[in-house]
Amino acid sequence: MRLPSLNTVLGATIVSLIVGAGLVAMVWTPYDPLKLDFLARLAPPSAHHLLGTDEFGRDVLSRLMRAATTSVWISILTVCASILAGTALGLVTGYMRGWTDRILMMFNDALLAFPGILLALGLLSVVGANMYGIILALGLAYTPLVTRVVRGAVLSLKEKEFIEASRVLGNSESFTMVRHVLPNCIAPLIVLATSMFGWVLLAESALSFLGLGVPPPAPTWGNMLAESRTYISQAAWLGIFPGLCISLALLGINLLGDALRDRLDPHMRGL
Amino acid sequence: MLRFILTRLGMAIPTLLIVALTVFLLVRLIPGDPASLMLGDMASQSSLAALRAQLGLDRPIPVQFVIWIGQILKGDFGHSIATGQPVLGLVIDRFETSATIVVIGVFLASVVAVPAGLIAAWRQNSAIDLLFVGTATVLLSIPSFWLGLLLLLLFGLKLQWLPVVGYVSFSTSPVMASVYLIMPVATLVLHESGVLVRMARASALEVLRLDYVTHARAKGLSEGAVLRRHVFRNSFGPTWTLIGLVLGNLLAGIAVVETVFTIPGIGRLLVDSIFARDYPVIQGCMLFIAFVYVLINLVVDLFYPLFDPKVAQA
Amino acid sequence: MRCAIGLIRICGVFEMSGAGLLEIEGLTLTVSRIGKEVVSDFSLELAPGEIVGIVGESGSGKSMAARAIMRLEPPAVSRRGGSIRFDGKDVCAMPQRVLRRMRGGDVGMVFQEPLTSLNPSMRIGSQLEEGLKLHRRIAVAERRRLILDMLGRVGLRDPEAALEAYPHEFSGGMRQRIMLASVMLLKPRLLIADEPTTALDAVVQREVLDLMLQLTRTNGTAVLLISHDLPMIARYTNRIVVMRQGRIVEEGATGALLEKPQHSYTRQLLAAMPRRTAKRGIDHSVPPLVEVRDLTVDYGGRKGFLRRDPGKRALRGVSLSIRPREVVAIVGESGSGKTTLGRSIAGLVKPSGGSILYGGHSILPGSEGWPDYRLNCQMIFQDPYSSLDPRIPIGATVAEALRHGKALSAAEKHARVIEILGEVGLSAEFAKRYPHELSGGQRQRVAIARALVRKPAFVIADEPVSALDVTVRMQVLDLLTRLQERHGFSCLFISHDLSVVEQIADRVVVMRDGAIVEEGSRDAIFDRPRDSYTRRLLSAIPTLEGNPEGGVRLVERGDCRNVIELPA
Repeated sequence: MRLPSLNTVLGATIVSLIVGAGLVAMVWTPYDPLKLDFLARLAPPSAHHLLGTDEFGRDVLSRLMRAATTSVWISILTVCASILAGTALGLVTGYMRGWTDRILMMFNDALLAFPGILLALGLLSVVGANMYGIILALGLAYTPLVTRVVRGAVLSLKEKEFIEASRVLGNSESFTMVRHVLPNCIAPLIVLATSMFGWVLLAESALSFLGLGVPPPAPTWGNMLAESRTYISQAAWLGIFPGLCISLALLGINLLGDALRDRLDPHMRGL
Repeated sequence: MLRFILTRLGMAIPTLLIVALTVFLLVRLIPGDPASLMLGDMASQSSLAALRAQLGLDRPIPVQFVIWIGQILKGDFGHSIATGQPVLGLVIDRFETSATIVVIGVFLASVVAVPAGLIAAWRQNSAIDLLFVGTATVLLSIPSFWLGLLLLLLFGLKLQWLPVVGYVSFSTSPVMASVYLIMPVATLVLHESGVLVRMARASALEVLRLDYVTHARAKGLSEGAVLRRHVFRNSFGPTWTLIGLVLGNLLAGIAVVETVFTIPGIGRLLVDSIFARDYPVIQGCMLFIAFVYVLINLVVDLFYPLFDPKVAQA
Repeated sequence: MRCAIGLIRICGVFEMSGAGLLEIEGLTLTVSRIGKEVVSDFSLELAPGEIVGIVGESGSGKSMAARAIMRLEPPAVSRRGGSIRFDGKDVCAMPQRVLRRMRGGDVGMVFQEPLTSLNPSMRIGSQLEEGLKLHRRIAVAERRRLILDMLGRVGLRDPEAALEAYPHEFSGGMRQRIMLASVMLLKPRLLIADEPTTALDAVVQREVLDLMLQLTRTNGTAVLLISHDLPMIARYTNRIVVMRQGRIVEEGATGALLEKPQHSYTRQLLAAMPRRTAKRGIDHSVPPLVEVRDLTVDYGGRKGFLRRDPGKRALRGVSLSIRPREVVAIVGESGSGKTTLGRSIAGLVKPSGGSILYGGHSILPGSEGWPDYRLNCQMIFQDPYSSLDPRIPIGATVAEALRHGKALSAAEKHARVIEILGEVGLSAEFAKRYPHELSGGQRQRVAIARALVRKPAFVIADEPVSALDVTVRMQVLDLLTRLQERHGFSCLFISHDLSVVEQIADRVVVMRDGAIVEEGSRDAIFDRPRDSYTRRLLSAIPTLEGNPEGGVRLVERGDCRNVIELPA
């Protein structure tokens, strides 16, 4: 019992720090993250610039904070979008039988046969690399998985005796779905959403790193890392802090996810 | 058993078709058509129309799809807009490079991670379990591209033990190729073993509490024999599936590692063609990677009855 | 004469034996993390060849104590005190190597769940061979001969083929036989059987236990039989140990203990055994309330992409009628179609043929009689852990039944919910609790309240007490009887447990393979069964006949010939 609570505390602290930094950055950062200062180019961490400056003299801490805003925002929107779409599809296909269900699931499974990041890359080449393009691409890429999970939950719930009890009481199918099926899908959905938050954050950083993310000069952890590569021999901090931010964020989410899974849904693992 | 193999093969065909359809439609969704992209803005209407007719773009979409599939089946993936090279040759060439790194990386990661996960589960909540799971969770959380960058910083720039960037193919010089491969492979091994340790541990934990494990102990088997003969085989199934998924996902996501180490792999090819809007190459890369992914999962499934004989009968 | 002397000598062994095979003294086990004692001060002696039963309800610590004998208690549990000596040697002080030689070689163990007690990814042959390889130095060919011989003795049709087969190719009963073979192959001196047949049908249960006794007796193996099932333990053991909450409350020779139980808990356990109640008068002149005519149900039959599944006929032309106030029990083994029958009468399964009439009207969904039937027919499910929505408080669960039918105000609904909760023995404060805060028995009371809150005329109860501990089972059964008499609803009571049926039913219907084999008044079925299948079912369960001192006597019934039958 000690272990999960440690997970929870550590995970929740890290995640709230990152989200907090992102929120603060919406109204205040130590410096303007976009302001160029050629006198302070590639300055190492100091009292002036806590985490140093980049090749244009921009304050790294401020840029990291603003990047947190972008990442968190993209992750939240993407997760919400695919959870909503996937839940709707999952409920429908889980409840419907027959050909509609089978054809829908055949397409869903075929989309699952794409690695998520590949589908996202393909979609990005269509919609273009910008914030909403990323949300759309990643959202679409992860929806089939949500559909699968929700459908699985619905199918196993349908076997439960309390669902039959509801039918025996004379309740309609739609009442049973809203009152008994949906609320019992929420626990696995929370667990899934937490892991997805991590996947999306990682995917977004990777895309940014490849130059397919939110376009510069807007800072993201990924594009900061990409830019650091040119100067890494002179200014190692440029390559360290953004990566540390991504890793910490992911660690926090993973720990929180483990804790939630232990609490809410001990039978769902892996994925 | 034969029936199982045939069913599973039969199931892969519609999947492959839908995968192909998705890739096909994706490119059709792009504003502007391939002909105008290929000829550029300056092309005359008549040459555009001629090229459209040549490419079959004036036919209805379903017909185009059938023609396209026919060409794919003949091995004709089209030509790159940028260089004019045949796409299939380009893709296969680059794929070899990526596959070498990914396969070695995942193999080594599995060799390390599966026993580690088993031991962690066997000694659940002990110090060793805590250490393994903690390390795995941290490794899992470090993105591969940053991990690669750190390795590069440490071993390439600071210690100067290993070459910083570049790639030599095995056919040129096996020794040099291995030296260049160390860091990219190490990056993958470290990152992926995090995922695999956790999966191996989780499945082993489920098996460890089953009666037949207690029965094996009650027979007088040593702990080593219990783990080897009874726990490993029955708990390896989910991990085996995950190894397949990891392989496929890595092939798709290898671009970041290739970027860090400047390796000319299929991931980089895909990303560069997205920048260059070289649609035949994008299409070719996506189709190829997706097909390989489906095939890997197929092979993984076909071997699954080794760990769960029930599957072959269903 | 010689034979009789031999028998006496065998019987005499355990009385005169000074050197016990197993001596446990003051064994105390605790869950290390929270320090809770799961077994306290447990002492037991076992002579060679003796058969001792441990009886107790869930949580009594019986399994844990048994596992500790081989030091197989789960890692979370640790030994706080006491000693275990096997054959004079201290088990707790044994080095691993010696301990492993004892495990399997001297002490064997059979588990409850046949589905998980054999390794699913290993062929039967190599699983059986494992122990022999380890404990006996014999050649490969000899090993094979021993295994084939043993598989034949436990009743496998084709031992050769079984060697190459995987566990999932066998039924639960067969797997338990294989399990027995695996353990007895090593001729252990002590066999620990932890609920070895609980998951099996009554007839199979009896066959497997008879086989176990036969094998251990020829081998002189002592048996420690652990179960919650008192009549079963009583039938097979020389001595009984009764456990409750980790402690032994009473111990004694089987016959004496049953006849004159000393401890109040033992008496309570014995009193909880179902027994026949007085016959009730049912008016057979009134028309039946529910009538089922030639009902057939087919399952499956899915047309797939590549193959065509022909489906399975679960019910083949079942006809049945239930009169007002009558309790009709349907008995049968798993796969007999009894549950399908209940579910199709409840409207949960669509019949493929035949008709169901309620008050003379057809009640197929959508027909005229359907809404009225839906209000008047309710169901109590088997598993109290899955029949209540975990996210909804008890009060709301029960109140949900009041959404339909006569419109009631919120206050009236609340009052009705509290009233029915009171009737099932739950106070008003339970309305606010969630299912996970309730025990199994309490949950089943809630399920009964939900079924009865609308005052239905007809209730289907599908194995309503089979998931409950014996003392709780008795309370719930009494409650159901009381409520049935008070409200006068008709009841279709589905059960695999004949002893429960004997207590509650007016009329009994015996089913097998989707059809009715015999039907009649309770007394007729239990006292004068005509069909051979009914007789076999009855012979599988002994009954306990009460005496005025609160004790019981074991009475065999039905066809008492040995029912071991080699499987088809």
